Formats: sequence, structure tokens, C-alpha cells
Amino acid sequence: MSSNTHYVAPLEETPLVGVDTVKVSEERSNLWLDAWRDLRGRPLFWISAAVILLVVAVALFPNLFTSVPPNHDCHLADSNAGPAPGHPLGFTKQGCDIYSRIIHGTSTSLAVGFIVIALTTVLGLLFGAFSGFYGGWIDSVLSRVGDIFFSIPYILAAVVIMTVLAEYRSVWSISLAIGIFAWPSTARVLRAEIFRVKNADFVMASTALGLSRFKILLKHVLPNSIAPVIVITTISLAAAIVAEASLSFLGVGLGGDIMSWGNDINQAQSDLRIAPQTLILPSIALSVTVFAFISLGEVARDALDPKARALR
Amino acid sequence: MSQTLTDLDRPLLEIKNLQVGFQTQRGLVPAVNGIDITLMPGQTLAIVGESGSGKSTTAHAIINLLPGSGRITGGEVLFDGQDLAKLTEHQMQDVRGRNIGFVPQDPMSNLNPVWSIGFQVEEAIRANGIASGKDVKKHAIQVLKEAGLADADTRMRQFPHQFSGGMRQRVLIGMGLSSRPRLLIADEPTSALDVTVQRVILDHLETLTRDIGTAVLFITHDLGLAAERAEQLVVMYKGKVVESGPSREILENPQHPYTQRLVAAAPSLASRRIQASGAALGHLQHQETDAGAHVDLIEAAENRAEKQAAPHRHESAIVVDSLTKVFKIRGEKGEGKHFKAVDDVSFSVERGTTMALVGESGSGKSTVAKLLLRLEEATSGRIDIDGANIAPLAGRDLLGLRRKMQPVFQDPYGSLDPLRNIGNTIAEPLLVHKVGDRASRRARVDELLEQVALPSALATRYPNELSGGQRQRVAIARALALKPEIVILDEAVSALDVLVQAQILTLLAELQSELGLTYVFITHDLAVVRVIADQVCVMQKGRIVEAASVDEVFDNPREQYTRDLLDAIPGANLRLGA
Amino acid sequence: MTGYIFRRILQAIPVFLGTTFLIYFMVFAMPGDPLLALFGDRTPNPAVLAQLRAQYHLDQPFIVQYLIYMGGLLRGDFGISFSGEPVTEILARTFPVTIRLAIMALIFETILGIAVGLISGLRKGKLFDASSLVVSLILISLPIFVIAFVAQYVFGVWLGVARTTVSSTAPIPELIMPALVLASVAFAQIVRLTRASVIETTTLDFVRTAYSKGLRTRRVVPVHILRNSLIPVVTYLGTDFGVLLVGATITEGIFNVPGVGNALYQAIIRGEGPTVVSFVTVMVLIYLVVNLLVDLLYGLLDPRIRYVK
Repeated sequence: MSSNTHYVAPLEETPLVGVDTVKVSEERSNLWLDAWRDLRGRPLFWISAAVILLVVAVALFPNLFTSVPPNHDCHLADSNAGPAPGHPLGFTKQGCDIYSRIIHGTSTSLAVGFIVIALTTVLGLLFGAFSGFYGGWIDSVLSRVGDIFFSIPYILAAVVIMTVLAEYRSVWSISLAIGIFAWPSTARVLRAEIFRVKNADFVMASTALGLSRFKILLKHVLPNSIAPVIVITTISLAAAIVAEASLSFLGVGLGGDIMSWGNDINQAQSDLRIAPQTLILPSIALSVTVFAFISLGEVARDALDPKARALR
Repeated sequence: MSQTLTDLDRPLLEIKNLQVGFQTQRGLVPAVNGIDITLMPGQTLAIVGESGSGKSTTAHAIINLLPGSGRITGGEVLFDGQDLAKLTEHQMQDVRGRNIGFVPQDPMSNLNPVWSIGFQVEEAIRANGIASGKDVKKHAIQVLKEAGLADADTRMRQFPHQFSGGMRQRVLIGMGLSSRPRLLIADEPTSALDVTVQRVILDHLETLTRDIGTAVLFITHDLGLAAERAEQLVVMYKGKVVESGPSREILENPQHPYTQRLVAAAPSLASRRIQASGAALGHLQHQETDAGAHVDLIEAAENRAEKQAAPHRHESAIVVDSLTKVFKIRGEKGEGKHFKAVDDVSFSVERGTTMALVGESGSGKSTVAKLLLRLEEATSGRIDIDGANIAPLAGRDLLGLRRKMQPVFQDPYGSLDPLRNIGNTIAEPLLVHKVGDRASRRARVDELLEQVALPSALATRYPNELSGGQRQRVAIARALALKPEIVILDEAVSALDVLVQAQILTLLAELQSELGLTYVFITHDLAVVRVIADQVCVMQKGRIVEAASVDEVFDNPREQYTRDLLDAIPGANLRLGA
Repeated sequence: MTGYIFRRILQAIPVFLGTTFLIYFMVFAMPGDPLLALFGDRTPNPAVLAQLRAQYHLDQPFIVQYLIYMGGLLRGDFGISFSGEPVTEILARTFPVTIRLAIMALIFETILGIAVGLISGLRKGKLFDASSLVVSLILISLPIFVIAFVAQYVFGVWLGVARTTVSSTAPIPELIMPALVLASVAFAQIVRLTRASVIETTTLDFVRTAYSKGLRTRRVVPVHILRNSLIPVVTYLGTDFGVLLVGATITEGIFNVPGVGNALYQAIIRGEGPTVVSFVTVMVLIYLVVNLLVDLLYGLLDPRIRYVK
């Protein structure tokens, strides 16, 4: 075709369709449905979900998994001994059954994890939502308070609290000690997200409808800002489990009478040279649990962020 | 550059049967489907099409900068006889910049924010071997000066965020032309800019490329702009070329039904055609097709005018008097500053008519919308709706005002809550105002969906599943749910493709006559105003500089600024008809 | 820029006051005798106890106690440790070692982390990327004391290529293993962050424009992609410094590195409350200063911050 001729494509080759015709698709699509469709196809999601289900089952019903009591029947004669019939993983320094102690320690880790995220979510939602949505001086004050709590690394803060509370060491006090200083991350994430969402036109449209500010926050802004909070909460749960283990490992965590992977690792460290399995086995339980939650957070982050999904 | 001595009769760029596809999870999705384009040296050719037509993909394919998983799947891109599609990335890097310059669309995102302007110009000059050593800086200053940047030498040290959009675009044009390429690809180079700036920049680009003798491949969605700036037109639709040839000929005598649609729907042309009515382009001969009725903006405007001619109750729905809004902003050094966004604005809108508020970015037009809607409180002045001052309204009375007046906003992707289904979104106003019961609300949703020509099956669907135009329809349905008297349309059609835009404009006109609505139509696009409005207020820097009827403003503008805006409508310089 | 620095420092003041107050409050607003609580079940040396009572002015009202304590902090007086030695002296002895260890760890985690993250980001979805994802998820999941023990056992006991504990002079070669352990978690996070940042930057318009100007890949990748991707990584380094401090405490404890972390570690496991409080305060102050520095560095990296605000 020469450049000066007027070319018209045959209509058969370039059929017209209606302008902006509505195609009602087979699949419904919104953030959550799309995220679920994305998760469904990811092996890492299924692996971490399966591990988490298993760990939760172990924590809730430890007796289904072992009939050996974790603290009784310990004989020093079995100290650091290898596997024996009925004791598949061998014995600790005190001669207790390692497998049973791992099974019974699960609920401690998970309990701390869930109490901490309950705390960080409540505090994070309150601080993040109000400072993000109302802005102005409310934001300045709340953010500064958050900065202060954020500026004390939460494990160090928990070390101090647990040192002072030496007589009150329990799952509750350790969770409180961790959670009180861990919430600002959640608040920051939510605040940033609310800043993004609150200027959307649909928020303005709702204001123009006469919906009150607080109802707009509850009905429109929060639901649209919650996805990153879910991600960080999953990761916080893993971090809280690590924090409890670290504190117990340092000897300022749970009392020695409470079954905890961190306590067992602490007990085993002096025998690392002669009986590494007593340290490695509870470490594996700890790491696998943490891995499951971290991975779940990671796949959820990708699935819940349409931009990240598009880039992948 | 050994074979610079080319025959002027030989095409500079010859695209043959080009096919481009994007790899997705569902396989290869074609974006460009076997197109042919020929561009002679020194010529300007425009590719026109809507979003998704493949026009930008074509531009990117030529220099092999397709985004993500895109790749050329067939055909040839002959540049000076050499097939660019067969080059390695390394060889292509020699062609880019040096032989083919590129000016991108959005000046805001196309300069790296962390490097100074000078750095970014200099690296282009160095990369293409135009100068070396100390000459690089000298050359960079010259490039910027050519691009129309005054005090270029001091501005070299500044960063992109210290530049306005227009100045950034000048920098990008300067970089694109820095090595005197034989071809310049300009991908919607001014669509992110204000119309008056757009015009100045395009004039400058035209002068520069003519002086250098650079051929230009111009990508645009605006048919009027394309015809005004290019000798040759290529109209693309769904990855194919539907029509190509000399611009004037295509505009005056569009053959393909798609081109006819585009001509009929382009506001820039419609406003010209209304002026030139009776002349060649006044009314189009449509070739009827099965794919739905044509939307002709002129017909829409005429139908509207006919209905508006019916006797009105001459009473004011809105009276605005000396409205002023001052914002406190933080100055450069942190001190408090005052900024008058709206400055002593007065106007009134008659019931059942459309008042257009026109202005460029920063003119204060959207602030007026927010003040009307009581989304912002006025600093001083008075707004009367139906004869009542809205400032003291609170509680129940404010709800009453809200019921009377509803907005439709610009961004189709932001105007609907993505987590609510369409039915709940449209029903929300009814719920907030406690209108009816569950069943009656559902019936009303169906009725509203029908009014905006959407199937009722959409009620259970989510915004994600809809196109931009469909979302705006839903936003209109939501605005109409409470049977308001006044609808504030804040750039409500600006983000839409022309055909969709024309459809929505027609829908708005129909709804107006059907329901007796009063519109305040806020826009930056004077061309659209001609089709939809009765009265026009032109705003500049917070003030109304001209207020008159549409015909007066278009035919007999009093202010220089209004004339500038009119001149800047793409296609304004086309001499149509006899 | 000076305005920005000034404002950042101004903002740090209330945070400084708040954090020190909070620590003080946690310790001394508890019911009962706070000092006895700090000593737990250990019997304090009466002389030290008397000195501590004098240091903390426990006979004064709480707020006066805090102000006196604050005044001490500002003069660089962190009080005395459990054994009666001034904390400042312990710091003078241990600080250089910790600085050495922290710098080595920072070098390992940033250089390796950014390099691996960059390659992963540029080769998104390829084998290298998939393996780096798995490795970094595993590293993130392993608590630092587990990594430390595994490293100690594998390299120290089993292979015998490194010393399980560091000698008292803490020479650099002996610090390599503790530094790698300390760097491991942050390394994995930096890989993830750099990767995500590189992938996002690569799709930005100015990168395409850089190519369209005729730039070579070897220029675009460092100058336009990597440079811009570093901004979130630097922010991360600041907020993550707290994790590094906790990590240093545990790592120095396990490898017996004679640094500040080890002093805290020993105090914690021996239940020496007053020393714990003093050292935690020191670490929080370090954290504040580092974050201030990171914010200033952020201003250097991003001209939009430098000039606009």
C-alpha cells in the first residue's frame, strides 16, 4: 500500500462490536475472590496451610499424638539417650521423652502467638484506624505514641518486663510483654493503607450521601484497608512465637514448669557437643511452625495485592 | 550512520504484517494483529485508536520496548530497509535514541525522580556519542534550550519534581530529539497536560521536527488532534488497521464504520462540526451496521437543544454568591501560607439546565464542586440551593440537602467501593436515607440499572468485572437513587474513551430531559461543553473570567483566556468545509 | 536539606523522652520495692544495693526520680551494674567489639542481600529466583539462636573449621561466623525486599524511557533500576536495626563475643536486673540514633524528600 492511498479494511476482517457492551462473566471477581483463586494454585499455600492445621490440631489435642506424659516418668538413667521403643526421638538431659515434650510444647507457642496477635490487632486497629482516618492532631499524637513504642525493640522491652515480673511468668504475662510493644507495626501498616483509601472517590460519594464519618470508616474504609493488616498479622504471629522461644531461651521467658520449645532449647544448649539432637529436634518443631506462618503471610501478601499479582 | 543518503521515495519505516502478543496464564493474547504502516522520511503519521486498540503496543514494538511478557510474534519492522524485529537487544540499543527518538506519554512518571534533569539529559547525549567530555554539558544545555526551556543552565541542577508537567515534557522532547534521529515516536505526548500547554508543546515539537527533518509517528486517542498534527492517519481498532490515508480525506469522508463512529463521537470535531453545520462535516452519512446504533454527538446535542427549547420554569436551582475558599498550606520553609482556591465566585443555575464550569488544573473548579456538595466549608460567600442557604444546615436538614443533590466523580476506578457488589452500591443511598424496605429497594435498583442501560444481572457483580464506562453508569445510577434534583458531574466523562464518553454524554442528556435534572458539569474539556451545556463559566486561578451561554462563548468569546482555550481544542485549526 | 535535618532531630526529641520514660516506668512504677524485684531471688550485695538506691533516688517522687535519671543519661551516666562497676566503663570496653561485629554483619547482609535480590528480581520466575525464595523463607523462619547453634555445631564441632567461641581480643577472622549468623535473617529480608522493589521499578515508565534514550542495559540496571530500588531497603535497615541489636545480644552470648550484647546477655541469664535495664536503655538510645541517621540518609537518597518538605 502506498502512503497516499486511502485504505479501508474489509468489514469482514474487522467486524465491529457494540460500544462498551456488558459481558456478564462466568466468574465473579473482587479482591477476596481473586486472592482465593490465586492462593488455590500455589503449592506453598497448601504446604503452609497443611502444616498450620497439623500444628493447631497438635496444640488442641496433644493426647491424640502421644500417650507419654511429658514431665513424669523421667529417669536420669535415660539422660540424652537415643530413640527407644515408644520414645521415637529419644530423651532429654533430664531423661524425659523428647517427642512428648515437643507435642505438649506446641500449645504454649501457639497460645502466645495468638494472644499476641489479638493484642497487636486490637491496638493496631485502634491506633492505625483513628490516626489514619481522622488525620490532623489526632494523627500527630497517636503516631508519636506509636513511635515511642516502636523505638523500643519489642524483645528488649519484653526482656525488661519479664525481668521485673520474674515472679509472674506465665503464657499471659509473656504475651502481654511482647504484644504491648509489637503493635506499632500493625498500626503503621493500617495507617498508610487508610491514607491511600480514604481519598478514593467512593469515600467522597458516601459523604455526599450523608453517611456519617464513623460509618464510612467502618463500612468502606476499613474493609478496603484490611488486607495488608492480615498479612502483617500472620507474620507477627510467627514473630511472636520466635519471641517467646527467644525469651525462654534467655531464661526470662516462661517458668521451667511450663512446657515450651524455647525452654527445652535452653536446657539442651550445654550439651550441644554430646547430644545435639536434644537441641535440634525442638528447634525443628519451632522452625517448621514459624516457616508455615511466614510462608502463609508471604503468599497472602502476593495474593492480596493486585499489583503484585499482575507483576508476577 | 553510513547509509544516511537514502532515497526520499523510499519509506523510512515500513511495518509489514506486524503481530504482537502478550503471554498470559491463559496463553498468548494477541494485541496487534497483522498491521501494515508506511512512513516516508520527514512525514508525520498519526495512529489513532481507543485504549486497547494496539496503538501504543505498535509504537513500543517498533523499538522493542514492549512491557512485561509482550513480544513480536510475526511480521517485519523495516527501518531504513533493516528489519528491527530481527535485531538483538544489543543491536537495538544502538538504534534507540540515536536513530529513533521516543517521547513518552506521562511526563510525571517518565523522568527518574532521584536524578537531576541535567544528569538525565547528559547520559542520553553520552550514550549516543553526540558529544564527550566537557562538551556534554554544553550540548545538554543547548538541547534543553531548543526544547524551549528558558534558563536551561540553572535548571540542569534541579530535580524532576521541581518542574511542572509542561516543562518535564519539554525535557523529554529535548532528550528524544537530542541526537537528531530520523524518526521520532511520540506516544500521546501531551494527553496528561492542560490543553493550552498541550498546544504550545505540540507547536514547538512540530517546528523542531520540521527543522531537523525528522519523521514523526504520533500516537493519540484524539482524532481531531491527529488530523490537525499529521498528514497521514492510521485508524486502529482491536489490533487491526481499519482505515488509513491522508488525514483530511479520512476526516471528511470516513469509509469504515468504525472511523465513522469515531468521527461522530469525537467532541473536538463535534464542536467544530456544530460551528460548520451545513458544511461538509456537518452531518455524517452513516453506514448502518448490526453492532448497535451510532452515537452522534451532534445529534445528541440537537436532540438536547430541542428538548431544552421547551418552556422552562425560570427559577434558579443554585445561586452562588461571592464564594471564596482559602486553604492553609505549608510553604516551602514550613511556614503557614494561604492559598485562595476559589476567589469571589458568583453564578446561578436555572432549574433543568446544565451549567458547565470549565478550567484547567488548579483553576478551582473541583473545589467549587466540593463546596456545593458541602464536602468542604466555604471561607466566605453564600450558596443557595432551592432558595435556602446551605451553610447552616446540619443533621436532618443536611441529609435533606444531600438527597436533593448528588455527585458523580471522575475516576471510574475509584468511584465504587471495590468490595461491594453493584446492587448494594446503588442501594446504599436508599439505606442511608431509610427509603423503603428490602423488596422495594431491590426493585428500585433494577429500575435504576435499566435507566442507565445496564442489565439487572449486574446487581450481584463487583466493580472489578466492569469497564470504566460501565462503572460510571453505576455511579450515575447511585447518584439518581434518591431522585435528586441536582447532579454535580465532576469530570465525570474525562477518563473515558471517546465512544464510551459519547454514550455517557447521550445518556446524561436523556436523563436530564426525562427527569428534569439540573446539572453542574465540571470539566477541563471545552469541546465536551458544546454538546452538553447551556451556560458556561470559564474559571482561571480561582476566578470566573467569563460567563455566558454556550453559543456566546464559542462564537463570540470576550476574554483572551477563553479564546486560548477555544484555540487549544484539538482540530480547532482544521479548516473544514468549503 | 538543613531544614529537613533540623525537623527530623526535633521530631526525635519527644520520642527520646517517651522511650526513656517508658523504660523507667516499666521498672520503677511497679508495686513493691523495684530494686528487690530486679534482683529476683538473688540476694543483693548491701553495698551495691545502697549505691543503686542512691543512683535511682527511690526516696523521691516518681517523676523527680525520672528527671534525675534523665539528667544522668544526658551526661552519659548510665549508672552502675550489678557488680558495682559503672556501666560506662563496661561500654567503653565492649563497644568497639560490637561495632566491629555489627559493621561486618551489615556489610554481609546488605551486599549479599542486595546482590541476590537484584538478580532474583531481574530473573523473576527463573530457577535462581525460586531457590532464593525458598532459602530466604527458611532463613527468615529460623530463630537466630537456632542458626547460631547449627553454625556452631556444624562448623565448630563437626567440621572443626571455626572456633565455637571467640577469644577475648575478638579478632576479625574469628568474628566472621558470628557476623554471618547475625546477618542471616536480615540478609533474607533484604533479598525479598530488593527483589520486590526491583520488579516494581523495572515496570516504571522512566526505565522504559531510559532504554528509549539508547542507554545500555549495563547502565540502566545500576543507575535507574538499582538506585531507585535502594530507597525502601535503606528504610528497612533502619527499622530492622532493633532486630539486629537483639540478634547481637543472642549471637554474642552464644559465641561468647566480648561485646555490649554479651554483657546484656550475661546479665539477663544471671538475672542481674539493674544491669539489664541500663543496657537495654543504651541499646534503645543506639536504635534511636541509628534511625535518625537512616532518615537523614533517606533524605540524601530521595531528592523529593530533601527539597519539598
